[in-house]
Amino acid sequence: MSTKVKQQYAFSRVMIYAVLISAAAVYLVPIYILLNTSLKSFEAATLRQLWVPALEPTFEPFLRAWSQLAPNFMNSIYLTIPATVISCILGSLNGYVFSKWRFRGADVLFVLVLFGMFIPYQSILIPLVQFLRSIGLYGSLGGLILTHIVYGIPITTLIFRNYYMEVPDSLLDASYIDGLGMFQAYLWIVFPISAPAFVVVIIWQFTNIWNEFLFAVTLTHRPSLQPITVALRNLAGSQIVEWNVQMAGAFLAALPTLAVFISLGKFFVRGLMAGSVKG
Amino acid sequence: MVRSKRELWKAFGLVVPSLAVISVFVYAFIAWSVRTSFSAWKGMVPDYTFVGLRNYFTVFSRQRFQIDLMNTLSFTVSFLLLCVVIGILLAWLIDRNIRGEGIFRTIYLFPMSVSFVVTGVVWRWIFNPTVGINALLRQIGLGHLAWGWYTDPTRIGIFHIALIPVIIAASWQLSGYTMAMFLAGFRGIPSELTEQARIDGAGEFFILRKIYLPMLRPITLSALIVLGHFSLKIFDLVFTMTGSGPAFATDVPAIYMFETTFRGNNYGEGAVISIVMLLMVAVVIVPYLASTFRKE
Amino acid sequence: MRKVCIVLMLSIAVPALLFSAGAREAEEVNQLEIFSWWTAGGEAEGLDALFDIYSDLYPEVDVVNATVAGGAGAQAKAVLSTRMQGGNPPDSFQVHAGRGLVDTWVVADMMEPITFIYEEEGWLDAFPEGVIEMVSYEGEIYSVPANIHRSNVLWYNLEIFESNGLSAPQTIDEFFDVAEALADAGVTPLALGDVNTWEATHLLESVMLSVLGPEAYGGLWSGDTPWDGEAAKEALSVFVDMLDYVNTDHAALTWDEAAQYVIDGRAAMTVMGDWAHGYFMAMGQEPGEDYKWIPSPGTQGTFMMLSDTFGLPGGAPHRTNAVNWLKVVGSVDGQDAFNPKKGSIPARTDTDRSRYDMYLQSAMDDFAGDEIVPSVAHGAAASEAWASEVNDVVSIFVSNKNVDNAARSFARVAADHAP
Repeated sequence: MSTKVKQQYAFSRVMIYAVLISAAAVYLVPIYILLNTSLKSFEAATLRQLWVPALEPTFEPFLRAWSQLAPNFMNSIYLTIPATVISCILGSLNGYVFSKWRFRGADVLFVLVLFGMFIPYQSILIPLVQFLRSIGLYGSLGGLILTHIVYGIPITTLIFRNYYMEVPDSLLDASYIDGLGMFQAYLWIVFPISAPAFVVVIIWQFTNIWNEFLFAVTLTHRPSLQPITVALRNLAGSQIVEWNVQMAGAFLAALPTLAVFISLGKFFVRGLMAGSVKG
Repeated sequence: MVRSKRELWKAFGLVVPSLAVISVFVYAFIAWSVRTSFSAWKGMVPDYTFVGLRNYFTVFSRQRFQIDLMNTLSFTVSFLLLCVVIGILLAWLIDRNIRGEGIFRTIYLFPMSVSFVVTGVVWRWIFNPTVGINALLRQIGLGHLAWGWYTDPTRIGIFHIALIPVIIAASWQLSGYTMAMFLAGFRGIPSELTEQARIDGAGEFFILRKIYLPMLRPITLSALIVLGHFSLKIFDLVFTMTGSGPAFATDVPAIYMFETTFRGNNYGEGAVISIVMLLMVAVVIVPYLASTFRKE
Repeated sequence: MRKVCIVLMLSIAVPALLFSAGAREAEEVNQLEIFSWWTAGGEAEGLDALFDIYSDLYPEVDVVNATVAGGAGAQAKAVLSTRMQGGNPPDSFQVHAGRGLVDTWVVADMMEPITFIYEEEGWLDAFPEGVIEMVSYEGEIYSVPANIHRSNVLWYNLEIFESNGLSAPQTIDEFFDVAEALADAGVTPLALGDVNTWEATHLLESVMLSVLGPEAYGGLWSGDTPWDGEAAKEALSVFVDMLDYVNTDHAALTWDEAAQYVIDGRAAMTVMGDWAHGYFMAMGQEPGEDYKWIPSPGTQGTFMMLSDTFGLPGGAPHRTNAVNWLKVVGSVDGQDAFNPKKGSIPARTDTDRSRYDMYLQSAMDDFAGDEIVPSVAHGAAASEAWASEVNDVVSIFVSNKNVDNAARSFARVAADHAP
């Protein structure tokens, strides 16, 4: 490269970092408010001192929040992991069929599945409770898991289908000639290159199921069974809300999701995918 | 591409379990809602007496509902645009061998993991007209830029300007996810394509426009639908951030439905609102999907 | 690798499903499930105190505290309605006395009358007649009041009033004099935080009560006082005038953030129910020194009340336990254990006064002597359906301040809902 091109390159690198860093700063402003407030005492956590840093930081809000959230933490794990995993696998299979094995009427069925995303969940609580009762799953984590799996199917199917649309058909044709069946082709060819789509879908499902409140509180009423979101909301009183404790709790409740983001990060790397296509 | 009948049947078998549960959890429940929307059900005891379109007429004649429809439209369009533009931009920048990529990605994604109930309050404080952003603006001598944010009931055309802070908050929450979707999209594109173009001397914007964006069409469709379903059903964030707002400036159908059903015990009219929400989706989504399928 | 993944998933999923099935069986034990929206702070401590009394008396019963937080019971109501209609009632649930109880649940035939408990326990003389009336329908009693809150209270920052040489306004006219003086002194006279709309309705009901008087105010909810009559319109225009003295960012605040304005000295007064007392105390304010209270202007001698009660749903899974629970709630011990923590006064008149603080004692005195009227902002005076539409009208009214429009809308809503 000539010096001029190098200079241009360096300049554009600087610009990229400048944009990314300032965007990150903006994204962090509300997080600053959140963390700052959760480090304050109840008396100091008022609107007027919104931007003022916590001068006498206290971890008491965190301790209080944790003592109330901890008993429900494992429930959320038992709920979120199976519901996320199963709905992602179903979505991946559906997406594969709807993009690569479009039997007659497949497009219509896909739209019908997709439509399920748009139901306002508040409006179907009553038939949902009645149905789960009739199959004996009301009031249990099992019923809640089933509900999340079902309502996760549309979105996971959509994302996988549209991701697989970009997978060249030639790849599959080759496998067909090699004598691989429909399902083997999925297992050996499509699944291995799905990592970025899985990352996207798992992030969505995990955070949504982890944070979901309405189903959680309606379908489980025994406090010992309820997920962490219910405990998180219950940190607030009906008339007085201690926002420092509430925000500390929200931050704590967000940590598992943060862990998921970080651990999934490496599956975003392009080389991983390219390698598996070539290999 | 050749597909044997047998394999196609197997493929169908693979989606049958999903179709079965969807038919109960979605279509049977929608049928229940439709029936309720045509019924006289008010109060705690279900009353399925058929009253025709009466509830529909009542709901559509309510000023609040008319405002809600306008708000949904303004909110959805602005929110989708903002998220997609930010999402593509950030993904495009991150996709060029950035040091600390993981850190940036995590920062942009983090907002969606914090409970909406709490972020709603944080944003309500940030846009509080006395102590929020306005106070910062005044401090740096930009006081003339301060305005009432979500407390200002002014309307420009059908757009309530009070929605602007809500759109910002919602975009903050989900633009990071849009970025992740586009990043997955970028990384699904074989790098040989862009490398060849670079060797041929194509500029980065040219590559974005001519190679990336067309290839990203399916992923953009996913993003629009995911964001669209979020925005049409938005509840928690608005409920805790601004509520209905002054004279319903920030009200949305989901809040109205929730209050009609569970506060007003008016199950018939509540069901009407949810059916209208579904129909709005159908009107927008179905023609769009149909055109996509034709192109494919 | 893939097989490992699948095995891993199954190993997580299967125990989770088994675990949940096991939990379902546990529901068959001898338990008492109490449903409320008292999730945190003093109200939760008060509820726990009631549970303690219950567990001492009935140690064999497993008490399940099913609480749902959120917006003064908004989410709780959704969950409760769904459960009741799905055929899954709790053993007893929290419900506002008055129309909130009667119009929603009793008329729908979903509650069991509990007059027999009142007779057995001799409560007919222990609870004031007016209160019993609010939880009765067609000669039967349907719930046990746990507490009484007062709605029409004006809270004020004592230092601001003293430094400006003012005294707390007793009448509407005095209110405007005081407000004018405060505005001249550069203090926001009245703090309001109506981000959830009900706070504005709360202020409006106090103004209506003041201008119309107790009897005509009651007539608004029985259909005897026309909403678009001259008297009601006058009250509405007084309300509009008051809004001129309110903080400009009222639409951005909740009631407690508005109360904080009074604590910070940025505003002088606020009209709020007496749960505000609990907030002032929690913020380290000294009652009688930092802040004081009087009935909201022009409502002396009237006690606008609301009350949280517990009832017996028809088909309660553990009916005997539920009846015993109601006996605890209505007992002197129960009332005195719950209310000092909750920051409310007991519904019974024969309790131990010494356990209550300065404000609560003054409220007990007023409750015993004043005329009692129900509050609308909190589900006592009107059905929730009506109250919810009243809020819709108020939301527009606060914004456009058009008295005639509002009067027409209120009258239309009343025509739909008045008994």
